[in-house]
Amino acid sequence: VVPTAVKINLINMLSETGLQVIEATSFVSPKWVPQMADHTEVMQGINKFPGISYPVLTPNLRGFQAAVAAGAKEVSIFGAASELFSQKNINCSIEESLERFDEVMKAAREANIPVRGYVSCVLGCPYEGKISAAKVAEVSKKMYSMGCYEISLGDTIGVGTPGSTKEMLAAVMKEVPVGALAVHCHDTYGQALANILVALQMGVSVVDASVAGLGGCPYAQGASGNVATEDLVYMLNGLGIHT
Amino acid sequence: QEPQASGLPEYIKIVEVGPRDGLQNEKVIVPTDIKIELINQLSKTGLPAIEVTSFVSSKWVPQMADHKEVMRGIERHPGVQYPVLTPNLQGFHSAIAAGATEVSVFGSASESFSKMNINCSIEESIERFEEVTKSARNMNIPVRGYVSCALGCPYEGNVVPDKVAEVSKRLYSMGCYEISLGDTIGVGTPGSMKKMLEAVMKEIPLSALAVHCHDTYGQALANILTAMQMGVAVVDSSVAGLGGCPYAKGATGNVATEDVIYMLNGLGINTGVNLCAVMEAGNFICTALNKKTNSKVAQASFSTGTIN
Repeated sequence: VVPTAVKINLINMLSETGLQVIEATSFVSPKWVPQMADHTEVMQGINKFPGISYPVLTPNLRGFQAAVAAGAKEVSIFGAASELFSQKNINCSIEESLERFDEVMKAAREANIPVRGYVSCVLGCPYEGKISAAKVAEVSKKMYSMGCYEISLGDTIGVGTPGSTKEMLAAVMKEVPVGALAVHCHDTYGQALANILVALQMGVSVVDASVAGLGGCPYAQGASGNVATEDLVYMLNGLGIHT
Repeated sequence: QEPQASGLPEYIKIVEVGPRDGLQNEKVIVPTDIKIELINQLSKTGLPAIEVTSFVSSKWVPQMADHKEVMRGIERHPGVQYPVLTPNLQGFHSAIAAGATEVSVFGSASESFSKMNINCSIEESIERFEEVTKSARNMNIPVRGYVSCALGCPYEGNVVPDKVAEVSKRLYSMGCYEISLGDTIGVGTPGSMKKMLEAVMKEIPLSALAVHCHDTYGQALANILTAMQMGVAVVDSSVAGLGGCPYAKGATGNVATEDVIYMLNGLGINTGVNLCAVMEAGNFICTALNKKTNSKVAQASFSTGTIN
């Protein structure tokens, strides 16, 4: 568990890199996620640079209210494209989770707080295996219609490859404009940069990444998780893409 | 396997360079019998080509001192090629005497790299290789040509695509059946890969091209994908990502064969290679070297016990 001061220092350092969005913490019960127990202190302790957004996760209305009280100006909600993953991860069905989020959406709308929607398991599920592109499109569409300004499509266990990435995006892009799409690729099987490349080729222009590739994979001990921001920026620099 | 993604080759030939390029860049000297066992295991995976060793003076490359024993000791599976490096005519004769039926020569797109690496200019090295290709032609031995520093040089920095095209053309014209373009220090990105290939493809037919990407900056798979999108259908890789980078201590080197196959399988592209079998060979050599694999696929698969 990382001390609060170190978390704040990390975020402050990231704020000076030119990054425009830094996901600060999660307003979830410390019972479930002890690492994020200091969410209020972190939110109140970081330097908030103008022009930089500091979204926080809010799994329900209570978390949302705590986040806003702590000064949050943007929140995120997490849906899943896999029924089993939803059950195992947050103890309810996809449908039930969306009803929960609806409360958050309503409150956010009233408070003029933008909401980002995540869809996990878009290219595969640790329990269900293959996930249909149509299901990903369906969940994405629901979250977009509820009012999420952006949908981040997460390859949660990193099993995707350029082919499945392409197929999934083609389906989602029929329901959600590409300008509202982001990809969140895990590098568990080393495929992240290749998958991100095809997403860029299809017009996606928002990419999630984690400094130093922080965050292993809870489903594969010893395996890597998030794609490293440094490696992503290296590729984009080489491509002459402005970040 | 998924149905094949459009616009990409239907089949990719994988050239396994672990036993040579991989082990050459590992610090621990590997016993001859371990090398032979590794190659024998790789021969059973479906890999069509396995680079066995290098007939170079043991003064320069101690790891490859046992080149004769390895060449003579391995099982030769029908349908599998076992190329060896031959930097000059003497190495070539030695290789043939030991039973080699295919050889490779290594040129550079960077003058400084050529001088620092093999102590002569690009032109001088080409003359040396011409002796090899002449002899090889007389004996019906195919020769593969490598061009190193195709996307950047540890001494010169940027390398001009036209220079890569020029050196490639020289090697191709002297009789190399295939030119493997090497991103020796892994600095390439999809953009520079595309520019370099465009220049080379003006001089050499696509079917005679291969890419040899290093993963030092994590760019290898993205670069390989870009090359495939341009029609390249031969990819070099190294089991378990064997072989660090001699120019960047602690950095990775070769791209892992397992990770390449994972991507190709996901794309529905045929390789003829059994991923599980490659992972087992990777596990064998990593255990023997007492090191962790550089393959992300192997890391993920051995921890879950399944392959996704």
